[in-house]
Amino acid sequence: MVEYRPERKYTGERIFMLEQWADLAAGALADAGLKASDVNGLVCANIRESEQFVPSTVAEYLGWRVNFAERVDLGGATPVGMVWRAAAAIELGLCDVVVCAAPSRPTPSLPPNQPRAWSPFGASSNIMGSPQAEFDIPYGNIAQNCGYAMIANRYAAEYGYDPRATAKIAADQRTNACANPDAVFFGQPITIDDVLASKMVADPLHVLEIVMPCAGGAAVVVASKEVARRCRKRPVYVTGFGEHLMHKTPTYSPDLLHTPIGPAAEQAFGMAGIKRSDVDAVQLYDCYTITVLMSIEDSGFCAKGEGMSFVASHDLTYAGDFPVNTHGGQLGFGQPGLAGGFTQVTEAVRQVRGEAGDHQVPGCEVVYCSGTGGIMSEQTALIVQGG
Amino acid sequence: MAAPESKPRPAPIPTTKPFWDGLNEDKVRLQHCGDCGTWVYYPRRRCPSCLSAALDWREVSGRGHIYSWTVGRQATHPAFADDVPQFLAVVELEEGVRMTTTIVDAEEGDLEVGRAVEPVFEHGTDGMTLLQFRPS
Repeated sequence: MVEYRPERKYTGERIFMLEQWADLAAGALADAGLKASDVNGLVCANIRESEQFVPSTVAEYLGWRVNFAERVDLGGATPVGMVWRAAAAIELGLCDVVVCAAPSRPTPSLPPNQPRAWSPFGASSNIMGSPQAEFDIPYGNIAQNCGYAMIANRYAAEYGYDPRATAKIAADQRTNACANPDAVFFGQPITIDDVLASKMVADPLHVLEIVMPCAGGAAVVVASKEVARRCRKRPVYVTGFGEHLMHKTPTYSPDLLHTPIGPAAEQAFGMAGIKRSDVDAVQLYDCYTITVLMSIEDSGFCAKGEGMSFVASHDLTYAGDFPVNTHGGQLGFGQPGLAGGFTQVTEAVRQVRGEAGDHQVPGCEVVYCSGTGGIMSEQTALIVQGG
Repeated sequence: MAAPESKPRPAPIPTTKPFWDGLNEDKVRLQHCGDCGTWVYYPRRRCPSCLSAALDWREVSGRGHIYSWTVGRQATHPAFADDVPQFLAVVELEEGVRMTTTIVDAEEGDLEVGRAVEPVFEHGTDGMTLLQFRPS
């Protein structure tokens, strides 16, 4: 695997996403000790240079002939979704070396006469015929903050809300970031009171409970057991995974407070044949503190409705009794666009390899990761273990 | 400071037009499934519970309660800059369907889960009417 150091203000050379794909793939293969000619599968997401036919565009650009090519469209759940698709394809015997990548550095600015594909409405679709265009966007229900805020307020009404508990998630993860020199908030600790004193963006979410977008990117090589054993790094095995989707806009969710990670986690733990208590660290997609809280609950690490007291009574740092987002999470490490969800995967790998430096969890062998796209719209679960 | 850009407006399609026509007449109409009895919102070609096409339109009271809410203190899009603080809500109608909306004629303290609301028909100059709600 390889990961660009996240940067809040990217000042490096601006190259196109296909070019970033090439750099990331080369880096990940070098880390694994594999050659470009070993690759026979790829998993990509959107790239700026092409709205469609992305897998063949990537294969052509990198000179690969692949038996398996997939484009994943799950927002923040994409990286975990990429890894399990690659593992499943390998398990089916389609391929044995799959590169998954998400380039997320700024690209060159385009001359004014060039078409721009990306919508000013972000993840919401304002194209005629889209339900969001007709029934959500005209009311100003756009982007993520307000959707997550409404989930938090509903949670508060049904189960109660402890602002100090959600703030503690941000503060503990910042402690982790301060032990990770690559994190964008390295050297900048915060307290629960700092979080609560920060600007309210959409009640009850403070600005310090919301991710910091940055530049970055990552790539991961998923290989068969046989190939992994001859790689240069300790293999990290995918032992369980799951995925569940049920809405795009939370307004229309059948159940706003039982998030899709529930069935995804159940499937992952069943597949791995392990218990929640076997897990040494969790890397939970953390676009907002409420996402972490509900992912702890719905993944089964505590009972429904007890997430606030669970968080308040556990130390979530890398040195704690329930380590969460040991790299700092996207709240502390940074959210490099679509690669934000890769930070949970790369940190899981780092922990199992014992390469996490000052934020290493001692003897970390079993890590649970989650991915979250949209507004708790689509979630993915992954369990990795040392061999 | 530049004037905010114009707000995105709904563009009805044949399947959804009866809903918007109803709002223009200060009426709330929902689809109802003749096969499984499910109330449907937003309007669809087929029932999302059983995929039946036997959907008919029925007028309802439009009364309901706040299912959840937030106050957007930072515009969700530049076109809504003049609306900050935005009182965004999901309202659940008596029939059980939930809709994205905004709460009007209210103070911040009125925004609470479970608060009873009634419909407000906001007639735009473009011939479209949005369905907002006020505390009842």
